[in-house]
Amino acid sequence: MRTIVNSLWTLGLIFSHAWRRRVTIQYPDERPRLAPRWRGRIVLSRDPDGQERCVACYLCAAACPVDCIALQATEDGSGRRYPAFFRINFSRCIFCGFCEEACPTCAIQLTPDFEMGEYRRQNLVYEKEDLLISGTGKYPGYNFYRVSGLAIAGKAKGEAERELPPVDLRDRMP
Amino acid sequence: MSPALHWVLIVVGVLLGAVTIAAGLIWLERRLLALWQDRYGPNRVGPFGLLQVVADMIKIFTKEDWVPPFADRAVFVLAPAIIMITVLLSFAVIPFAPRLWVADLNIGLLFLLGMSSLGVYSSVLAGWASNSKYALLGSLRAAAQMLSYEVFMGLALMGVVLQAGSFRLIDIVEAQRGLWFCVPQFVGMIVFAVAALAEMKRLPFDLPEADGELIAGYHTEYSGMKFGMFFVGEYLGVTLMSMLMVVLFFGGWHGPWLPPPVWFLLKSFALIGLIVLLRGSLPRPRYDQLMAYGWKLMLPLALLNLAVTGAVVLATR
Repeated sequence: MRTIVNSLWTLGLIFSHAWRRRVTIQYPDERPRLAPRWRGRIVLSRDPDGQERCVACYLCAAACPVDCIALQATEDGSGRRYPAFFRINFSRCIFCGFCEEACPTCAIQLTPDFEMGEYRRQNLVYEKEDLLISGTGKYPGYNFYRVSGLAIAGKAKGEAERELPPVDLRDRMP
Repeated sequence: MSPALHWVLIVVGVLLGAVTIAAGLIWLERRLLALWQDRYGPNRVGPFGLLQVVADMIKIFTKEDWVPPFADRAVFVLAPAIIMITVLLSFAVIPFAPRLWVADLNIGLLFLLGMSSLGVYSSVLAGWASNSKYALLGSLRAAAQMLSYEVFMGLALMGVVLQAGSFRLIDIVEAQRGLWFCVPQFVGMIVFAVAALAEMKRLPFDLPEADGELIAGYHTEYSGMKFGMFFVGEYLGVTLMSMLMVVLFFGGWHGPWLPPPVWFLLKSFALIGLIVLLRGSLPRPRYDQLMAYGWKLMLPLALLNLAVTGAVVLATR
């Protein structure tokens, strides 16, 4: 008897769902709301001065669990490191965000964009010019060298005019 | 119009109508289930996704028609045809409206029960010929389920036959002019509805197919249009059982204001909607539960209903 009552109650409940709002987002017509921290297409950002943030430290490539990041470090005339090429194979990328966590300069960032469909797999390999954006991404004011200092030929960190000496991390231990 | 042409038109109309409704049901069921599950269902192809059926048809007709090398070829090909043939033959005796039927059999109800019994062969032979364990398990279940539920399916209808005094479906409809049989034969209707659900292997009684445990049961090995025939056969069965319920318990074409065929279709589609709702809400019973319901609950209920109906009919004669 209880089974019958329960079943009838279930029937009524399911039927009442005819007047509920449907949860489907009809994607190409309606856009889904993507959170700011959505892990989508990877970009390389620039610092506020318009310089590349990437210092080609290889930490992202080392952190990448699927080995989809390839880069080659090189230096400019002042000894500043930057990547000669920077290549992400998005057909391998699993959008885990480890590269973003590993990056010491906030250069590599994941963005709320997932529409990367291609007809040819080869087109999913993004080169540096495809990855570089003109802006600063998620960290508008951040400039790695303003925080860390920079040693160049003839000048150690913190020795320039109006430059604070670099923070000694061990000094700040409680 | 000559009488021969008239009948040919009716026959072709009923055949085409039944198959079209069955195909449309695939769309209707998906949309209704989606509605009750807060989704949209197929709504991309054509208006309201109606052309989804056409797209599916094109797809299924152009699929490779593959027979597994380990299957018993002749029987394997025959099995899906049987379900289509038996269900389509059953449509012959359904009276859709006054003078709108294919065959006026004086044993129409018996013919229907016989055809639905023959339908068992489809699933049994399909499972046997497939030579695979899931198919065999599915067809074993189908055989046991359909045989045991057929017993009281017939018995549940005998109350209606007693009250109408005829096996002829047209007489049964005419006997409901004043009061539909769903009121005096309420128990019979419930028992028959359960049996009909089990007969057409619809959820919650889809143990022969039971996707979760048996992949697809007796039609696991089928593909292409042979699978399509099982599929359309199932939806034809849904249509047939709904129309049969309307004829037997809901006054057939009777109803105020609207023309008879409209009433018939309205009632049929209401019942089809109910069947979809049942699918959307009830879980599948265990196999021993299914058998226990059948033999320990439904069979005694059907017998009791028959006995009481018989006594009342005798007393009021």
